[in-house]
Amino acid sequence: MKGRIWGSRGSIASPGKDTRRYGGNTSCIELRPPGSDVVILDAGTGIRELGMRLVEEGTERIFLLLTHLHVDHLEGLGMFEPIWRPQTELHIWGPASPLASLQERIAMYFSPPLFPVHLSEVPARIEYHDASESEWQIDGAGFASTAIIHPGPTVGYRIESKGRVLAYLTDHEPALGADLETDAPEWISGFGLAHKANLLIHDCQYTPEEYHGRFGWGHSTTEQVAQFARKTEVDRVMLFHHDPMHADDQLDAMRDEVIERLGVEGDRVTLAAEGAELEV
Amino acid sequence: MAQAPEQRNLTLILARSFAAQLATAVFLLDAEGTIIYYNEAAERLTGRPFIEGAGNTAEEWMGRGRPLDEEGREVPMESLPLGTTILKREPAHGVTMFRLNEDSYQRIENVTFPLFAHTEDFVGVMAIAWPLDENRP
Repeated sequence: MKGRIWGSRGSIASPGKDTRRYGGNTSCIELRPPGSDVVILDAGTGIRELGMRLVEEGTERIFLLLTHLHVDHLEGLGMFEPIWRPQTELHIWGPASPLASLQERIAMYFSPPLFPVHLSEVPARIEYHDASESEWQIDGAGFASTAIIHPGPTVGYRIESKGRVLAYLTDHEPALGADLETDAPEWISGFGLAHKANLLIHDCQYTPEEYHGRFGWGHSTTEQVAQFARKTEVDRVMLFHHDPMHADDQLDAMRDEVIERLGVEGDRVTLAAEGAELEV
Repeated sequence: MAQAPEQRNLTLILARSFAAQLATAVFLLDAEGTIIYYNEAAERLTGRPFIEGAGNTAEEWMGRGRPLDEEGREVPMESLPLGTTILKREPAHGVTMFRLNEDSYQRIENVTFPLFAHTEDFVGVMAIAWPLDENRP
């Protein structure tokens, strides 16, 4: 399974000289499971450039997996060129809320005054799929989703193709009310999705010092990522959802800290960098 | 695809985390009526450590001594607030006499409510037990 990072920043797009190495676009990952059409994880601002690439390629069938509908994961959808083409067949998975469907929730953003065009006017054929607690197949690749700890309905994804597993848990605070060292796995948010994945892409927004005063905001620290990775026995970890206030050098220091806490070889912990290729 | 390990629904994970922070006795049951957690306050109230109750159904757990109504009559499971919530998936409340040991009972106000992760997705029951009289722990 191959892919590419199109956006790795959390919360708000953060272009500038201090964020060049790891990028300023918000969450978006392109995946190419063998034999499958393109799968996109989240529709942050990074999806704009990916959309132009897909139009150039002539791609007409697209699978978009949204983890949740906070703006930094959805704001790129309006500038995603394929949705403005009637020949596009777009399947969107994402969490419903307890009371509103996924389509209704996306339409809240995709309508005036937040956006000039209403979702119903988009020419692409869009199908919506509730990913609150699901398992499904796309062209031989297996997908699973479950709700994870983050304010509002939010899911993580486990994607398996040809025996290789990628787990995507951006925006995740599994340590909220839990002890990641001692609690049984069944009681740890996201454990089932991440267990023994070949690659875990996980929220790493804060240092432990920054976390004080940000409990419950739905994000993890370097220490918590290391604990979660150890508990779930993953092969490799990619640190994701970089804080918009963190410059590239600070991110390097956070990666070093995760490596030290995990006690593993450096190549098992990477920072998600815009433009970087993925191989699982 | 290869199955990931079983994991509790997030609603139950959050309910357990919430209950673990409370000084009020809270019990958590899954959708089948199996006790999956109770907190330290519930252990103190009932005198039974969680490790003894984990995995029991509510029926089994109460097997040592059926709760009594205020007139001293045994209350069948389906008439208890907990039974009502498990069977009907509705909130319920009531006062029962809970047996602590051979000849000691505690009056307890019970409040139980169903946990729906989504409108049609019943995942379990939360039960709050409030000791009445002077014996509140």
